[in-house]
Amino acid sequence: MSADPSLILDGREIPFVPGQTILQAADDAGVYIPRLCDKPGLEPFGSCRVCVVRANGRTVSSCTYPASLGMVVESETPELQAMRKVLLEMLFVEGNHFCMSCEKSGHCELQALGYRFGITAPQFEYQFPHREVDASHPDILIDHNRCILCARCVRTSRDLDGKEVFGFVGRGPHKRLAASTGSRLKDTNADVTDRAIDACPVGALLRKRVGFAVPVGQRPYDTVPIGAPEPVQEARR
Amino acid sequence: MSKPRVATTSLCGCFGCHMSLLDIDERILALAEIVEFDKSPINDHKDFTQRCAVGLIEGGCANAENVHVLRRFREMCDVLVSVGDCATTGGIPALRNLVPLGECLHEAYVAGPSVHNPSGRVPDDPEIPLLLDKVYPAHEVVKIDFHLPGCPPSADTLWEALNALLAGKPLALPYALLKYD
Amino acid sequence: MTTSVDTVVREACVSVGHDPTRLMDVAREVQARLGCIPPAAVDAIHHDLHVSRAQVQSLVSFYAFFDDHPTSQITIRVCDDVVDRLAGYDRVAKAFADELGVTIGQTTADGAISLQRTACIGMSDQAPAALVGNVVVTDLSAERARQVVAELRAHRDPQRLIKKLGDGNNAHPLVKAMVRNNIRQAGPIVMSEPRRGEAIRKAAALSPAEVIRAVKTARLRGRGGAGFPTGIKWEMARAAPGARKFVVCNADEGEPGTFKDRVLLTEWPDRVFAGMTIAGYALGAREGILYLRAEYAYLRAFLEDVLARRRSDGLLGRDVMPRRGFEFDIRIQMGAGAYVCGEESALLESCEGRRGDPRNRPPFPAQRGYLGCPTVVNNVETLCCVTRILDAGSAAFSELGSRQSAGTKLLSVSGDVSRPGVYEVPFGTPIQDVLALCGGRDATALQVGGPSGRMVGPADFERTICYDDIATGGALVVFDSTRNPLEIAHAYMEFFEDESCGYCTPCRVGNVLLRKGLEKVLAGRGEPSDLEQFEQIAKVMKAASRCGLGQTSFNPVLSSLQSFRYQYETLVAEPAQGRRRGFDLDVATAEAARIRAGGTQ
Repeated sequence: MSADPSLILDGREIPFVPGQTILQAADDAGVYIPRLCDKPGLEPFGSCRVCVVRANGRTVSSCTYPASLGMVVESETPELQAMRKVLLEMLFVEGNHFCMSCEKSGHCELQALGYRFGITAPQFEYQFPHREVDASHPDILIDHNRCILCARCVRTSRDLDGKEVFGFVGRGPHKRLAASTGSRLKDTNADVTDRAIDACPVGALLRKRVGFAVPVGQRPYDTVPIGAPEPVQEARR
Repeated sequence: MSKPRVATTSLCGCFGCHMSLLDIDERILALAEIVEFDKSPINDHKDFTQRCAVGLIEGGCANAENVHVLRRFREMCDVLVSVGDCATTGGIPALRNLVPLGECLHEAYVAGPSVHNPSGRVPDDPEIPLLLDKVYPAHEVVKIDFHLPGCPPSADTLWEALNALLAGKPLALPYALLKYD
Repeated sequence: MTTSVDTVVREACVSVGHDPTRLMDVAREVQARLGCIPPAAVDAIHHDLHVSRAQVQSLVSFYAFFDDHPTSQITIRVCDDVVDRLAGYDRVAKAFADELGVTIGQTTADGAISLQRTACIGMSDQAPAALVGNVVVTDLSAERARQVVAELRAHRDPQRLIKKLGDGNNAHPLVKAMVRNNIRQAGPIVMSEPRRGEAIRKAAALSPAEVIRAVKTARLRGRGGAGFPTGIKWEMARAAPGARKFVVCNADEGEPGTFKDRVLLTEWPDRVFAGMTIAGYALGAREGILYLRAEYAYLRAFLEDVLARRRSDGLLGRDVMPRRGFEFDIRIQMGAGAYVCGEESALLESCEGRRGDPRNRPPFPAQRGYLGCPTVVNNVETLCCVTRILDAGSAAFSELGSRQSAGTKLLSVSGDVSRPGVYEVPFGTPIQDVLALCGGRDATALQVGGPSGRMVGPADFERTICYDDIATGGALVVFDSTRNPLEIAHAYMEFFEDESCGYCTPCRVGNVLLRKGLEKVLAGRGEPSDLEQFEQIAKVMKAASRCGLGQTSFNPVLSSLQSFRYQYETLVAEPAQGRRRGFDLDVATAEAARIRAGGTQ
């Protein structure tokens, strides 16, 4: 009987199930690879590129690249960490991320990765793009200033909520999230109970009137870095 | 031996970062033991008396005067630190960057719901510093050596950072002290 | 508008048999008949074709040739590619704008004519050029632009703008274009005398495996620029499981400065279609798609006619190789204005009726391509080579060129040269020989392979054109000593910023940061650290971008930085007194000063 297939991740042998991506195999083995657009249960998307790894010498997004037998994967190298940091800085300057007044602060995965990577100020100039807020829906809002185009809401609405509330329009730096019917969220069948709202890693898609419920200091990423092993998170809670 | 001199200023900020510095509580006495404050709102010194080891910048640059002060700090301080989100990102004042300057002024001085301004003019006294086209983080105007984000950075963050800087140690904040809010 | 939106949409959907994957054709038809694809049409398409609104809306917003609100009956798209700029784009665009009384992006008050700018339309050898509707207008001047407007106002018929037809098939009744071929040097392989039907007849005498072997023996590599061995690509698709397979010809020639496929499609279409047919036979595909860029719509009727003739001559359809039981047919898929669709997986997305976002790989198209079936995507020139290899033999092909780069390469030469046009040269030809041929006497900088290729200086002119030295998809844009490499790089970065699909972070953000950074340096406000930052951004884009666009689009900056570093270095300086050079107090306070002085808000 042959052993389970495995790959080498940062020098450590980890098993995988055929069909898994590198990221899924790493998750199952308890090894964290930073990511933003990937979310368990959703079809891999591969847009943020934060999960880049070197797989057999090629730089690939680990969330989309299939694991294969004996594959040698590097993740925590200085070069890849520097690359991830640049990608995060790009995301920070591309939008308008005012953490100090954002309901998602302390729960935001982009912010949490900023902390994890020790970013005190991005090296690039802030773009301050002019973007809109769609507060037309009675219970939900889209703040395009904070959207990182990860399509988590698009995929969740389509595949888990069975609704297809969201889509993308435009291209290049003008690409943006759009409500699929008409142009405003109120014209869609979006509902406050949609799982798509919880899928947003940043503060772009929010329920109204429920912000700032958790005191500073007790929020998920206040004291524990994103991606820290579960036992650590449990112990600190 | 003379004590290292520290200068501080609030550009386009709310003084919250200075309040946070005062929040180090009784440690301020220890701080006063090891440093001498030069130009700073804390002692109300209006200008530099001499070159300083450390300059702490609160606030971003919203007008010409902010730029002049910041440049003066750059000239007079060995190490310049951006303190708080306004200095590191533009912060809340930078919300106006999403609106054209003319519209901002019109709303603030002419059309806003709470405005009483029979002249209908935007204040134009030459004494008033000209606004910049947008609010700039400090490091886009002068070279900044270290950034301490936070709104405000906590007293512990400031204390840790000041101690490291004055001791000439590398500034590596522990995870819990690096915050953007 | 006499026909209702619903009727137009219904008819468009019927014409594609309500096939939801043919959304591009439906959208093109609606755009052509209504002048735009308004929200009501999006709704109607959603209902009639059973595709989500999100998909229709996304598609309409993605392609440059679709509008979501009414513009005009006639759209003038002035090509603002770098070569056109060298040739007088500014004067031409201004003449159009003045004569129409609008600025770029606007429509005349009477709703008759709108003026837009567009990226390279494949006419760099006869720039400045523009598209008026589907009609190509070349060799523009300010005066000619004014005449064009006057004539359009009088008769509103773009076709009547053409006074003199071009050479060869450009004068064909189904083309009737003023485009000139500008074939300057026809080589022995791609642009040789056609022998219609021969290659297919000879292929029929071989087994599919033998055909693939012939292509491998000839050492044919893809002519689009990447140079992947064609035979291996075919073998992968042949080996991939699936009853239905496809051959796609990539005629989305969008790399600025490239136009050789235009000439091949005009003069050697049979050779292209024969290549597709042979590929189909080799990998076991019965269906072929020619993806034709929207800018070449003027060739469509002609190409459809060539396909019809081939069907009636038994070179397509049931009777291609009756004894082999092989049948094959080809349809033309029109694009709608998106450079990224030249990327093979984005092209397939477009063929399936979606926005041109490249796909995640693996799987590769040869494994899962069009409609999830194994698909080979080949360049127009590659397929011409295939036909020639089967006709004249592998040895006749591979005796030209070098070991790693067999055969010849078509070059599209434009810019500061006296003889712009298409040159077929053997691989291994030194750049300076090409410059001598085309009359690029004062060449100081060359953009080889278009903006995604690299900018080289005189130090590299001794190097050769081939896969293992300077590889190129074929564009060679020549700049003389009066041109500023940084300004050229800047124009190309604007292009990439517009053409990025926006899917992945490094490409979506990186192009913008590089373009803005160059502006800072060009304004004399850069610092040495800015140049380091360019290199860092380029490194991340190259490694982390999702497709070939982002993996190369930094090249105008990176390669000009390598070839012309001194020009950058004269413009940057260390900040004095710690003041960032990028910040200019006078510029930053100009708006407030204007408002204070009583300027309008």
